[in-house]
Amino acid sequence: MIDLKFVVNEEKIELKVPGAKRLLDILREDLGLLSVKEGCSKGECGACSVIFNGKVVNSCMVLACQAEGSEITTLEGLSKNGKMEPLQEAFVREGAVQCGFCTPGFIVAARALLNKNPHPTEEEIKDGLSGNLCRCTGYQKIVTAVKVAIEKNDGNSV
Amino acid sequence: MIYRGEISNGVVGQSVARVDAEAKVLGKGVFVADLFFPRMLYARVIRSSRPHANIKRIQLDAARKTPGVHAILTAEDISGRNEIHVVFNDQPFLAPGRVRYVGEPIAVLAAETSEISEVAAANVKIDYEDLPALFDPVEARWHPKIHLFEKDNIYKHLKVRRGNVEDGFARSDVIIENEYRTPYQEHAYLEPQGMVAVPRPNGLMEVYGSMQCPFYVQEGVATVLALPLSNVRVIQTATGGAFGGKEDVPTLVAVQAAILAQKTGRPVKLIYSRDEDIISMSKRHPGIIRYKSGARKDGTLQAIEVEYILDSGAYSTLSPVVLWRGTVHAGGPYRVPNVKVDSYAVATNKVPSGAFRGFGSPQILFAAESQMDELAQALQIDPAEIREKNLLILGDETITGQKLTSSVGNLEAFQKAIEKSGYFEKKREKRKTHTAVRKGIGLSSVYYGVGLGAGGVYLARAGAYVQILVDGSVQFAVGTTEMGQGMATVLTQIVADELGLPLEAITILETDTSRIPDSGPTVASRATTMSGNALKDACSKLRKPLTQAASDLLGVSGDSILLKGGWAFDPAHSEKKIRMKEVIAECFRRRDNMAAAGFFRSPEVSWDDETGQGNAYVTFAYATNVAEVEVDTETGIVRVVRITAAHDVGKAINPQLVTGQIEGGTVQGMGYTLTEEIVMKNGVVQNPNFSTYIIPTLKEAPKIDPIIVEAPYPNGPNGAKGFAEQPLMGIAPAIANAVADAIGVRIRELPLKPERVWRAIWEKGS
Repeated sequence: MIDLKFVVNEEKIELKVPGAKRLLDILREDLGLLSVKEGCSKGECGACSVIFNGKVVNSCMVLACQAEGSEITTLEGLSKNGKMEPLQEAFVREGAVQCGFCTPGFIVAARALLNKNPHPTEEEIKDGLSGNLCRCTGYQKIVTAVKVAIEKNDGNSV
Repeated sequence: MIYRGEISNGVVGQSVARVDAEAKVLGKGVFVADLFFPRMLYARVIRSSRPHANIKRIQLDAARKTPGVHAILTAEDISGRNEIHVVFNDQPFLAPGRVRYVGEPIAVLAAETSEISEVAAANVKIDYEDLPALFDPVEARWHPKIHLFEKDNIYKHLKVRRGNVEDGFARSDVIIENEYRTPYQEHAYLEPQGMVAVPRPNGLMEVYGSMQCPFYVQEGVATVLALPLSNVRVIQTATGGAFGGKEDVPTLVAVQAAILAQKTGRPVKLIYSRDEDIISMSKRHPGIIRYKSGARKDGTLQAIEVEYILDSGAYSTLSPVVLWRGTVHAGGPYRVPNVKVDSYAVATNKVPSGAFRGFGSPQILFAAESQMDELAQALQIDPAEIREKNLLILGDETITGQKLTSSVGNLEAFQKAIEKSGYFEKKREKRKTHTAVRKGIGLSSVYYGVGLGAGGVYLARAGAYVQILVDGSVQFAVGTTEMGQGMATVLTQIVADELGLPLEAITILETDTSRIPDSGPTVASRATTMSGNALKDACSKLRKPLTQAASDLLGVSGDSILLKGGWAFDPAHSEKKIRMKEVIAECFRRRDNMAAAGFFRSPEVSWDDETGQGNAYVTFAYATNVAEVEVDTETGIVRVVRITAAHDVGKAINPQLVTGQIEGGTVQGMGYTLTEEIVMKNGVVQNPNFSTYIIPTLKEAPKIDPIIVEAPYPNGPNGAKGFAEQPLMGIAPAIANAVADAIGVRIRELPLKPERVWRAIWEKGS
């Protein structure tokens, strides 16, 4: 067991967990952040994406001991006071949500992208989200939603 | 709620935001893995590692003694029938002594944690005595010695006999005959299979999970656990994608959890890992198609002779009905006077194949639509022209002799796709020959029988329940399921308009077998028509007291009253209007019954087994796809640049959801065409994860131009048909035809992976 101290959605957290416990399981089971989904357990689908020290990572591939001192944001941390942020609103408006399972990962990855690059080109959007698989939408409305959100983004970095 | 827009003219036909989108973007969608119950145990399935064997001995002692293990069950522990009924009854729940595919369940165990269940499972030792196995359906069919199903290993043989094909071919100026092959396709829904079974007092069993068909699950749990159906309650959780992959197989998952819950008296959670899911769950049938087509000089089709083999795996499951749909669609959306089709679902020692968007039609349409292009080439007619000459129109007969009496948007979809894509202009463009990249354009036309048709008539009914509450809000329930396609939203729109209420007033309840009579499976693109019509039935009962109360309050005859957008009014006298909230309050004051059940039974269909003739489906949807590709002749890599897809849907209740289905199905079809194949070696899946089973990412997704065509279906709610399988069905031949246009060589096996394309180019020596 290790003493894990890190920040999740702007809250300081201290947990006693096995050193090899996956960050995905810590977020879901220990912290109740159920938006983080398990799709493949191998870092191949992006459903478990979280923002980890500014970068988007697959939380199924991060172990507790690697998370010490980190700053993590999940989908729950993106909406302030239950109010949707521009990406969330855009996904709803543009029909970019179907079954919803890949949605948290996509929105988190898009937020990480826009935090670093507020005005990406279409190619840069596709690169930034290429680690997220979706089987329902065909991706077209997801890209449109990100573009719509960019116009409303200003100063919304998390 | 946001983006509901102005509700002045009713909401059917408007692209209102999905009713479940806000919850999903906030991460509040409740999927089965998000459910936790007190004292919950974790299940694991122990599976066969052999493709065909007798089980000599199962050693469970070491596993039983693992600390934290609460139960281990095999076929001997089943109190009900060891049977998972789909169409036939050949599939056991747990292998009773003989295993027939790698991954077949032999035992289930429940433990305190998922980790303990994994350790315990590894401690189970099974001794097998191998039997000779069959992996090739052509070899398996009529095999003299190895019998997997009856004496011929054929689950089902179907026929179509129309006219006289010898005469038809004799009249033909060109005859083209080829063999086509298509691979296993994996659904790759992002949410793996999962169920949680919760035993309740008095022997009741509740099952929550990811599924398309709660009533199938209910039946399976009741049968194996020896419970009356009334004691089994199944509730669908938010389902993260399905595409047919959660049609029949979730019953296995549910019973695996429920039998342990019954034994231990504790809730049991079972969530499949991705590998396990890909190895053990159903896939699209691989197909082998021999297709012979004859046409006259002017392009009119004279005859087709088709042999269609589906590699069905170790148990029949859905194969008889998958075969049926494929057989009915064998001719494509055309007039064909002389038809001979023989189709076979064949048993092999591999995981049972099952339902996947298109359900037996994508395989045969790949062949049929490739043949159309080859006929065109032989006759020196453009592929678009030969199709236009033969497309079914109103009043025509299909290959099963069904006269099309309404809702035939075939030609309109074709014309709009051709026009929007700029097909003829692009064909005429000078093709650059000094680079390694060749451009090509190709098309396909398909049609799709809506609903279960004559192959599933016994399931073709649906129930509904609508209750208006005293504050003017409404809750409703149906027996079909939301799995991402948008059913919940479309039905909410229908109910809103039927009752004249704003969208925000209406809430759909989760799908729960205890609320609604058996409404059949959510498959065959049937939910809009079946549940929509059942809801209309329920709402029509509620409109009586509402209209009566409004009539009394306004002093206007009931016949003059319209209920719309939150108001009851007389359109001829604009001052005679009253809020629906007041009307509803009045109904409650009168103690009117404000709850109603609804029901809908599908219209009659017919089928003759000997001739394959009959009214196979209540109606058809139609589509034409135009694909533009670039082929790198040095690497064989095909890039799809654009797909124009026009679909006749009858009526688009929500256009944004319709285009969403078109886009999603098109990309899923592109994956099937270019990169997806499950590779099996001696019955073992070689690529059970996403780095080796390649589905399209954002980077590969083409530009999609979806076109909605509306040829209203008189028996559909507001004229709507169903169509959401159709977007995938014609993509493979459209892309294959475009590739052939680009490189001058035809490839008749999917996927068109780089090595296959490159080899075709190299062999042609261009």
